[in-house]
Amino acid sequence: MYRFILRRAVSIVFVLFGVSVTTFGMVVFTPGDPAEIVLREQTAQNPSQEAIREFRAEHGLDDPIPVQYLDWMADVLRGDLGQSYYHDTPVTTMIIRRFGDTAELAVAAILVALVISIPAGVISAVHTGELPDHASQLGSLLGVSMPNFWLGYLLIVVFSLYLELFPVSGAGTVRELVLPAVTLGSGIAAIITRLLRSSMLDVLEAEYIGTARSKGLRERIVVYKHAFRNALIPVVTIVGLQFGYLLNGAVIVEIVFQRPGLGTLLIEAIFARDYPIVQGLVLVIAVLFVVSNLLVDVAYRYIDPRIRFDGGTR
Amino acid sequence: MSAADRPQAWRRRLDGTWSRRLRSIAEDRLDLLAWVIIAALVVSAVFAKPIRLTVPSVLQTLSGGFLAETVTLQPLQLAPHDPIDQNLADRLHPPSREYPLGTDQLGRDILSRLMVGARISLSVGVVVVSISLMIGTAVGVVSGYLGGWVDEAVMRIVDIVLAFPGLLLALVVAGILGPSLTNIMIALAVVGWTQYARIVRGSVLSVKQRDFVAAAKLMGVSEPRLVSTHVIPNVIGPVVILATLDMAYVILATAGLSFLGLGAQPPTPEWGTMLSQGRHHLLTAWWIANVPGVAIMVAVLAFNILGDSLRDLLDPRVASRLEGKGGL
Amino acid sequence: MTDDRPLLEVTDLQTHFETDEGTVHAVKGASFTVEQGEIVGIVGESGSGKSVTALSCIRLEEPGEIVSGSIRFRGTDVTTADERRLRRMRGQGMAMVFQDPTTTLNPVFRVSEQIAEALKVHEDPDSQRLLDYLHVPPFSDRSDWADKRRRAVDLMHEVGIPNPDERVDAYPHEFSGGMRQRAMLAIALAREPDLLIADEPTTALDVTIQAQLLERIRNLNQDLGMAVLLITHDLGVIAELCDRVIVLYDGEVMERGSVDRMLIDPRHPYTRGLLECLPQTTPRQSRLSSIDGEVPDQIGPGSGCPFAPRCEYAVEECRTGEMPRVRLEDGRDAKCCRPEVLDADPAEVE
Repeated sequence: MYRFILRRAVSIVFVLFGVSVTTFGMVVFTPGDPAEIVLREQTAQNPSQEAIREFRAEHGLDDPIPVQYLDWMADVLRGDLGQSYYHDTPVTTMIIRRFGDTAELAVAAILVALVISIPAGVISAVHTGELPDHASQLGSLLGVSMPNFWLGYLLIVVFSLYLELFPVSGAGTVRELVLPAVTLGSGIAAIITRLLRSSMLDVLEAEYIGTARSKGLRERIVVYKHAFRNALIPVVTIVGLQFGYLLNGAVIVEIVFQRPGLGTLLIEAIFARDYPIVQGLVLVIAVLFVVSNLLVDVAYRYIDPRIRFDGGTR
Repeated sequence: MSAADRPQAWRRRLDGTWSRRLRSIAEDRLDLLAWVIIAALVVSAVFAKPIRLTVPSVLQTLSGGFLAETVTLQPLQLAPHDPIDQNLADRLHPPSREYPLGTDQLGRDILSRLMVGARISLSVGVVVVSISLMIGTAVGVVSGYLGGWVDEAVMRIVDIVLAFPGLLLALVVAGILGPSLTNIMIALAVVGWTQYARIVRGSVLSVKQRDFVAAAKLMGVSEPRLVSTHVIPNVIGPVVILATLDMAYVILATAGLSFLGLGAQPPTPEWGTMLSQGRHHLLTAWWIANVPGVAIMVAVLAFNILGDSLRDLLDPRVASRLEGKGGL
Repeated sequence: MTDDRPLLEVTDLQTHFETDEGTVHAVKGASFTVEQGEIVGIVGESGSGKSVTALSCIRLEEPGEIVSGSIRFRGTDVTTADERRLRRMRGQGMAMVFQDPTTTLNPVFRVSEQIAEALKVHEDPDSQRLLDYLHVPPFSDRSDWADKRRRAVDLMHEVGIPNPDERVDAYPHEFSGGMRQRAMLAIALAREPDLLIADEPTTALDVTIQAQLLERIRNLNQDLGMAVLLITHDLGVIAELCDRVIVLYDGEVMERGSVDRMLIDPRHPYTRGLLECLPQTTPRQSRLSSIDGEVPDQIGPGSGCPFAPRCEYAVEECRTGEMPRVRLEDGRDAKCCRPEVLDADPAEVE
C-alpha cells in the first residue's frame, strides 16, 4: 500500500512539474505584450513607454524566462499564486473564495448523477430488452449528446420562468443549486448509466451469480450485493475520471446560471487577459485533477481485492 | 466441457431470440437515423451557399490570366436567404413560410444560418479530427515501435497533457491565442492527439508481442514491413471508432467554446454563437436559442450513435475519454 | 416428508434452449431418482446434457427452459414452485457445487462472508432483508455475523481446509483451486442439505486434490447421511464413489442401474463403448479405443435412438422408431429397441 502510494507520488511529482512548466509557458509564449494589453484595457488609450516599463518591472516581466519561472514556482510552493493585474486581492485568496461555490456544484452534480444512474443502470441490465431498458438507453443517449449550455436554458425556461420553482441564477442556497446541479449531473448520469448497464450485464453472466442464486438468496440480494459490487469496479474508474469533466462542465454551467465560482473567474480572467489568475487557476485545477485520479486509483484497489497495492494482480 | 453443457455459453448464441432481435432492429434503425442525419448535415454544409476560393495573385499571374480572381467550386445555394444580411424590419419573426425557422434579433433567417452553420461545424470537426489523428497516429506508432527512452518521453508528455481536464486546456489555449475559429481548432488538436497516440501505441505494443510477429521476424521480414502489414490493420478499428466519437466531441466543444465567446465571433453563423445570442430572447423568441440547440444535439447524437455501433461492431474493448461528452 | 418416496424424483425432464440455429433439446425426457442418503452418478460425454440436468434440478437452468416433465424434491414439484419455495429448497434442502472453483466464488467478498451468508439463508430463507446482507454501518444489523463467522471456521475445518482460523477472512483469489472447491463445499454444507449436487467438482483440480475431495464427499455422505448426485464424465470416479449410475447420452438416459452390476456387465452398446474407452480395460501397448463419431448437436427434437449413428448394432428401426425402456434386472433398465443386443428377455420391453 505505502509502496504503491510512494511510486504513484513520484510519478505525480513529475507530472506536476510538467504541468507547472506548461501552465507557465502558456502565458510566457503568448502573442502580444501583456503589459501593453493590460494597460490599454485599464486606461482605454495607448500606454506610454514609461508606463509599460514600470508595469513590466513591477510584475517581473523583464527577468530572463527561467528566472521568472523559478520566482513563480518559489511563490507557488509557498502558496502564493501571484497578484492579479487588475485587482488588489492576491490570486490565492480569489481562488479560495470562489472554490467553495464550485465544489458545492460539483458535489451536488455527482449526487444527482448517482441518484439517477445507479437505479437506471441496474434496472436496465436486469430487464434487458424490455421497456425500462429501452427508456434508459434512449435517455442516456440523449443525455450524452445534449449540450449543457442548451439544457441549462431549457431548465431555466421551464422551471424558473414558467413554473417559478427555482431562481434563474445565484448561489448560496439549495434552491439556487438545484438547476445547475441537474444540468451538470445529467450528462454524467448518462455516462454512468451506460457503463453500469454493460458492466452489470457482464457480471450477471458470471458463474458466481449462479452460486449466489443456488444458496437460496433473494434475487434482490443477488443483484444488489453480489452483482452490483462487482459491476462497480469499472464504474468507479469512470466516475473518478468524470471529476475532471465536472470541472470542464462547471465553467459552462456557471456561465449559464451566472453563478460565482472558479469557472466564471477563469472566463473573466481570460477575457481580461489577467494572466496571473489564469495561470493560478489552471495550475490549481490540474493539481486537483491529478490528485483525484490518484484517489480513484486507491478506491479502485479498495473495492477490488484482487488488485494488490504492490501493483500486481493475483 | 462443451458449450452445450454450459448455459452461460448459450447466452451468447441466444442473441437471436425475438426480443433481442427486435432490439437489434431498433439499433439498426438508430444507425439508419444517424446516417440520414449525417447525410443531411453534409448536404447542407456543401450546398447551403456557393463555395468560392480566392486564388492567390501569384497563381493568377502565373496562369497568364487563365485563372480568375475567384474559383467557384460549388455554385448552388440551398439556403433561402443570406445568413449574414440583416433585415431589421423582420426581426424576431416567428417561424413562417417566409422564414421556416424564424428570424433572429437582427432579422436574419435562422434556417439559412443553421445550414451554413453545419458547414462550420463539420469542417471544424473534420479538420481537428484529421490533425489529431495524423499527429497522434504518427507519434503512437513511433513511440510504440521504438520503445525505450523515446516511448518514455512521449508517454510523459501525454501524461502531462492529460493532467489537464481536456476542455479546460483547450479553453485556456484558445483564450490566450485570442478568440477565433482557427484558434479553437488549434486548441482542440493540441489536446486531441494524445488519445490517438495512446491507443495506437497500445496496439503497436500488443502486436509486437504476438507470436506471429516474432515468427515473422525470425523469418527475416523487415520491421517497417511488419508495422505496415500487422500493426496498421490492428489499429484501424479502434482509431476509426475514436475518430467518429471524436467528431461528436469536437462539434460539441466548438459550439461550447463559441458559446463562451472564445470561438466564432458574430456575425458568423456558428451554432454555439447563435445559441449564445438567443439566450436573451428565451421567452419572447424561443426559436433563436432552441433551433441551434437542437441542431447541436442532433449532430452530436448522430456521431455518437455511429461511434457506438462501430464500437459494437469492431472492438468492444475501446474505452476512451470519449465515453462522455467531457463536461459540456 | 413421506419415507417411501425417493428424495429426488425426476420424471421425463425436457429442457430446451432457444438459439439462432433453432431450439436445442439439451435434455430429452430424462427420468431417474435419488434415494435418501445414496450417491448417484450421472455419467456422459461433453454435451450429453448432464450439467443442464443438474442445473434444472436446482432450477438454475436459465437461459434454458424446462418445457415438460417434473422434478419432485421431498415430494414437492420444483418445476412449478414459486420463488419463495425455491429459496427454501436451496437454503434448506438442496445444495450445489460447480465445476470451476476459480469462477464460482465471488471475487470481492471474503470467504467467511460467503459461507456466513449461506448460514444466514439457511436459518431464515423467507425474510431476507437486503440491508442485513450489506455492510452499511448504521443500517445493517450485523450482530449475528460474528457468530456465523465462528461457524464458518468450523465448516471450513469440516471440509478439510487447514488452519481455518487464519484463512477464514481471506479472499477467494488467495486460495488454491482445491481450497476454493472446499470452500464451495463449505458453502453447500452450511445449508445442511439432504441432497448435494456436485457438477464435475474435481475436473478442474489436480489428481491428488481430486482424490482428497472425493474422499471428503464420501465421508460427508456417510457421516451426515447426505445424498449426493454426482455429475462426471469419469467412470473411475463413478466406480469409486457411487451406488447407482445413470448413463446419459444426448439428453436421454441410455442405461441406469447399480454401479457394481453395470461396470461388470454393461448391456447398452453405449455403456459398453464407454467402458471400453477406459485405459485400464485395454491391453497394454494396444491403441486406446474410442467411440467413433461425435455427440449430435442437439438441435431439433431428433428421432430414433440418438446413439444409432455411432452404434455398431444399429438397424433401420433404431434411426426412426421409438426407443422403449427395457428392464434388465431389478432396478436396472436400458433404452433400446433391440432386446437381443441388450441380452435381455424380449418380454421385459415396456
